[in-house]
Amino acid sequence: MIAYIIRRLFLLPIVLIGLSLLIFGMMQLLSPYDRLSTYVRDPAQLKQGPEVLKQLMDKYGLNDPIWVQYGRWLNNVIHGNLGYSESANMEVTKAIMRFLPATAQLALFAAIPVVFGGIWLGMVSAVHHNGLIDHTTRIMALTGWSLPTFVMGLLLLMIFYGWLGWFPSGELSNWAARIVDSPQFVRYTGMNAIDAILNGNLAVLGDTLRHLILPVFTLAYVQWALLLRVMRSSMLETLRQDYITTARAKGVAERVVIKKHARANALLPVITIAGVMVAGLLRGVVITETIFNYHGLGLFAVQAAQQLDFSAIIGFALFTGMLMILTNLIVDLLYAYIDPRVKLG
Amino acid sequence: MYNKAETETHGKLFSLVMWFVLIPVRIYRSKILRKLLKNPISVAGFALVIFFAVIAILAPVLAPPARPSRPYQIPRSGYSAIPKPPSPEHPFGTTEGQYDIYYGIIWGTRTAFYVGLVVVGAAAGIGIIIGSFSAYYGGLIDEIVMRITDIFMSFPFLVAAMVLTTILGKGLDKVIVALIVFGWMSYARVIRSEILSIRELAYVESARAIGANDARIVLRHVLPNAIYPILVQASMDIGSMVLTAAALSFLGVGAEPGYADWGQMISFARNWILGGQGNPLQYWYTVIYPGAAILFFCLGWNLLGDALRDVLDPRMRGRKA
Repeated sequence: MIAYIIRRLFLLPIVLIGLSLLIFGMMQLLSPYDRLSTYVRDPAQLKQGPEVLKQLMDKYGLNDPIWVQYGRWLNNVIHGNLGYSESANMEVTKAIMRFLPATAQLALFAAIPVVFGGIWLGMVSAVHHNGLIDHTTRIMALTGWSLPTFVMGLLLLMIFYGWLGWFPSGELSNWAARIVDSPQFVRYTGMNAIDAILNGNLAVLGDTLRHLILPVFTLAYVQWALLLRVMRSSMLETLRQDYITTARAKGVAERVVIKKHARANALLPVITIAGVMVAGLLRGVVITETIFNYHGLGLFAVQAAQQLDFSAIIGFALFTGMLMILTNLIVDLLYAYIDPRVKLG
Repeated sequence: MYNKAETETHGKLFSLVMWFVLIPVRIYRSKILRKLLKNPISVAGFALVIFFAVIAILAPVLAPPARPSRPYQIPRSGYSAIPKPPSPEHPFGTTEGQYDIYYGIIWGTRTAFYVGLVVVGAAAGIGIIIGSFSAYYGGLIDEIVMRITDIFMSFPFLVAAMVLTTILGKGLDKVIVALIVFGWMSYARVIRSEILSIRELAYVESARAIGANDARIVLRHVLPNAIYPILVQASMDIGSMVLTAAALSFLGVGAEPGYADWGQMISFARNWILGGQGNPLQYWYTVIYPGAAILFFCLGWNLLGDALRDVLDPRMRGRKA
């Protein structure tokens, strides 16, 4: 078990180094001057003639061979310095720490309806296989899958923000943001909703939730489709097993067969998918955050990519890579714990 | 006397050619098409895909280009930013910058097919080659290839594609390259695991026993049987790749301004979701038409893929669904 965990954790440095090399390689597609322009914030500096340019090139070491540049970067990372993000205007590590709670909050609120709703609907569809509910959820799931997040988000904003004026975009109203930023408001987690509860400020909680509803709904509508499909096919598979027939034959009530005998086993593959999905939500939901102007990791990554903010892109990639490997490991361990047939090897 | 090496190369060539013949024949023989046509969901999917294909083919008739040399450039009637509602001249209205929405949607269908088919074709091809290579050689090479796959997969797809497109510059071809570079991994994984399980089967062993060489076994016996999951994956992927390309355009790193592309038309709409005083839904047509085009295009491919999976899934085969 411990040997298995250690072996899996060996993957971590390999993937992280590979990712950084990949991004370094992609950046080499740009000429050194293009890369310089991503470092320089004041465009006037670039117009000051070749000497200044040369100085700047030397300052950022852009003329060095790639392995020298990579070595320098690696050395900084080992000393805990991921560099400075020009697009977010702060240290990369700081930016990630700052934007992560907002994304985590979004992921948390989206995961609850997605996981429970998806599992429940998947189960119902399987029990009523090829019935009306099955076909309805199937069509809804496929529509959710096919509807681009940005169209969904824009439509929701058009209706609920522009027309009805119920739910605004952004994260907090101005008055609530002032309260949150004030020294009396203690930031325990950085997640507005949870901090508001811990501070006992219901007005801020209400405002946070009002801002969360549209992005959460957008995310959930697209995501629950996958879980529903997995739960449905897993449940169908389980319902065909011999022990289900046995249970029915010995007269167990159908409700008990479904809820006790079948559901527990059908849930197994769903756990893996759900775990990976929640991790995916944490990696930043790029489009949703962009549309609702929600300042989380996804928006941070988009802005970094648009401005080719090299340090931020690498920092973001390393963070998400680490997250993916760790969550995959946790999901596998959990799976082995729940399903005794699985041997970790 | 015959030259042994020569017949071997001929044999390999023959296998390669056979591959392109065998797969359609197998698909035909397996009655998959017949099963698909019995399933209402896949019929709906087929209908949608064929509908869009007809639009794409008839584009020059449905929306005659003003400048035949550059048909993908949406004509604009003026330079005012404010969208104009549908009128006889512009059946779906005009979007920001007076680009004609109807024209953009019709020619955008071609763009969507082009992006979807090229990206999925190339990504699946690369994935199949890498995956079979990895499974075939096994051992250390397999380990290295799979770790490289892990590395590509751990970079969130949309952000990765966005970074690469930004580096390469504006244009649809750059989007396509970026989507291929970060889109092959799932195919490599699927084909690898299929090959690993198929090559243990008895008929592969018997082929080996009668002296078939490795290339022949992989090309003629293993790959054609491993192809079904790839087909399902590809069908579902065409929709999602078009979605991602549209998302990139939406984020501003896709096609050039004015290029007939659904994602870009929605990004034009983004500034107009709030409408005017007293008429909040004033600019509905800027979102609804391109949004519906993307939705139904992807829905068609997804319905097809979903039905295909049900038909091809060996656990579902031969059972009353």
